Amino acid sequence: MNFTLGELMVAAAAREIRDGEVVFVGMRLPLIAFVVAKRTHAPNCVGLFENGVIRTKPAPELIYTMADPPNLLHATQCLDMMGVMGLLQSGRVDLGFLGAAEVDRCGNLNSTQVQGKNGLLRLPGSGGACDIASLARRFVAMIEHSPHRLPQRVSYITSPGNGDGKGFRRRAGLPRGGPAAIITTKAVLRFGEDGEAYLYSHHPGVSVDDVVGSTGWKLRVGDEVQETPVPSQGELRAIREYDTQGFWTS
Amino acid sequence: MPKLLSMHDAIAEFVPDGSSVAVGLQLEQMIPFAAGHEIIRQKRRELRLIGPISDCLFDQLIGAGCVKDVVAAWVGNVMMGQAYNFRRAVEAGEVRVFNMTNFTIALGLQAGAMGLPFLPTRTAMGSDVPKGNHFFYQIISPFEPKEMLLAVRAIVPDVTIVHVQRADEEGNAHCWGNFGVMLEAVRAARKVIVIAEEIVSPEIIASDPNRTMIPGFLVSAVVREPFGAHPSPVQGYYSRDNDFFRQYHAETKTPDEYGRWRAEWVDGLKSRAEYLERLGHPRIDALKVKKHAFSAPADYGY
Repeated sequence: MNFTLGELMVAAAAREIRDGEVVFVGMRLPLIAFVVAKRTHAPNCVGLFENGVIRTKPAPELIYTMADPPNLLHATQCLDMMGVMGLLQSGRVDLGFLGAAEVDRCGNLNSTQVQGKNGLLRLPGSGGACDIASLARRFVAMIEHSPHRLPQRVSYITSPGNGDGKGFRRRAGLPRGGPAAIITTKAVLRFGEDGEAYLYSHHPGVSVDDVVGSTGWKLRVGDEVQETPVPSQGELRAIREYDTQGFWTS
Repeated sequence: MPKLLSMHDAIAEFVPDGSSVAVGLQLEQMIPFAAGHEIIRQKRRELRLIGPISDCLFDQLIGAGCVKDVVAAWVGNVMMGQAYNFRRAVEAGEVRVFNMTNFTIALGLQAGAMGLPFLPTRTAMGSDVPKGNHFFYQIISPFEPKEMLLAVRAIVPDVTIVHVQRADEEGNAHCWGNFGVMLEAVRAARKVIVIAEEIVSPEIIASDPNRTMIPGFLVSAVVREPFGAHPSPVQGYYSRDNDFFRQYHAETKTPDEYGRWRAEWVDGLKSRAEYLERLGHPRIDALKVKKHAFSAPADYGY
């Protein structure tokens, strides 16, 4: 079966959504993951967008940003950011999706600034990522898999994961949550009781050694490492009927 | 005093040098690009920009040298990623950034809107966002259980600029679609400039008070500027011009390239009318609503 890496990652992200869950969708690839989940295994999930949109039906056509007109048409509700962020803070959001420039060993995310050869490189910033990572019941991040993108420790914590390990979130005053999975271009990482990431599955055609060697710390390998399941026909159909030009998934 | 002004006069009067300006408050919808371009043409300096996600409006103002600092959650080009002027200016130390999150921008503006010094939240604790950032302070709840919370300092913009679908000449404004943090920013600001696709009669606005997001008494200036949010979308009026954002990304990688872009789209033009001429009718027509989707009327009768 032919599929792209983008399609594999979107399908993997979609499967993180359980039917009936309330999901904070975020930007870029997760916009499609929500649509795929709705059209396949999670028809009853609810999408919250930080511009104030709540949707129980996916947008009727491809969107590039959460405020594109199709994402407002026939929405369940179109109001304000404070409303959806209030729902997030009060614990009504099961899952949130994030992107980042760096993700570290304990699932902390950096999208603010990274250290380059000639000093700090400035990135766009948190957006709502810090809020989602702080307040959702669990979060999933998506990132390119390379030693630079997956360092031992991020240089700046834009969005808190498990900090320096077990107990960090409670000590910091965070009410709940933490990272459930990191979906990379090579693998899916999950988190142990101690708050540290381990290799859960490698993508088809990628060896365990490749994954471990492309990670900026000594990545623990789970007892039963699987291969990331390939996208199903139904998932591919949902992706391709939506992202017809392959803007997000080619 | 009549509030209905030209864009030139509204910016000249209500956005002086050194102002704090809240703009781009509805996330990727209804971003007042025409107002931003007029600010660039009038060579405003030392501005503080306030907003959650500006798409590339903040980048344009920064590249034109209008900006001293930025209070924002995210600055870039949403569909393309980075924006280059912002990155260069921050890395060179020319523009300072106060890192916020979307929620804490909303809370800061809401505190301003309510006349409070701060509002508490549970977000961002354990992150580096509050560290060394005077918009945040850790506090203990006075109530049991005495939890740790983060206080977010009130944000009171000198001027909030919003783009809406329609307003009357007093600034009573109908807006529909997503609001982001617009309502908080309007209530928090010392002055408000409303830019509307259409100026309509007060009777049309009064016919649907649930849709009146801005009461006119808070408004200092009203500007009629059709297509004034292009390339961002205005629900029910025009779509997002995705190609324009792609082109901006491709054509503004260096200061020289950005200078050429600005000469073509801002500095070399006198007004939004000339901008639309440059954009051309085929492109404008392609963005207009293809299939209307009217809501059912609401009966306010008794």
